[in-house]
Amino acid sequence: MYNNEMLLKFKATSENESFARICISAFVASANPTMDEIGDIKTAVSEAVTNCVVHAYDNEVGDIEMYACINGDNIYISITDKGIGIEDINKAKEPFYTSKPSKERSGMGFTVMESFMDEVKISSQKGKGTKVEMYKSLGKDQNIACGV
Amino acid sequence: MQISSSAIDNTLYIKMYGELDEYTAGYTRDKLDELFTVNKYCKIVIDMSNLTFMDSTGIGVLIGRYKRVKEYNKQIYIQNPNNQIEKIFKMSGIYEIMPKIS
Repeated sequence: MYNNEMLLKFKATSENESFARICISAFVASANPTMDEIGDIKTAVSEAVTNCVVHAYDNEVGDIEMYACINGDNIYISITDKGIGIEDINKAKEPFYTSKPSKERSGMGFTVMESFMDEVKISSQKGKGTKVEMYKSLGKDQNIACGV
Repeated sequence: MQISSSAIDNTLYIKMYGELDEYTAGYTRDKLDELFTVNKYCKIVIDMSNLTFMDSTGIGVLIGRYKRVKEYNKQIYIQNPNNQIEKIFKMSGIYEIMPKIS
């Protein structure tokens, strides 16, 4: 069974969003995902990193850690910051809820992550930071196509 | 992100090139606002065939532009989003305010 893992640390700036997307795409490519699966993973990572950039750090540019591992067809990704934390996770997960409506934010970040990945877990502590963990099993599209 | 525009009669045609995320949102917002404020156009068509990536930040940008142009009775249409962007559009329900045209 194919196994691999990686850990990356970068500044929570918006220019690093495309960097994070390119890295995760390159990393999961070795597990032979479909173009659609890469697109889903890339978009989910972009949403998680955007959350850190927009919400995690108030008056400083902090760090984001992206960890990913491949275990056969299973992909696990975590995006962690050491920022201000999320006060009410259930509220943050509500579709179209945003704490920054004046900034023209859609409030769809967690909804997109949950739709594009199989499972999303959020843990957060006020003043300590937030960790978003995402799971996706590859090869489901083919299974459906074959009727398995 | 690069944005080009052309006009035929009362329709403004916009083409987006590149990626729309938090990093490019500011430029996209300013550029579209600048183009949309020309009064003679009542129809705006945004061609996304060269937009390679967009996340939910793009939805915020588009809804913001919709709110600005609707008071001038201008209608925005979306054309040729890729599969991934199409999924986000459908999820957000944005086609109800910015119909997709072929």
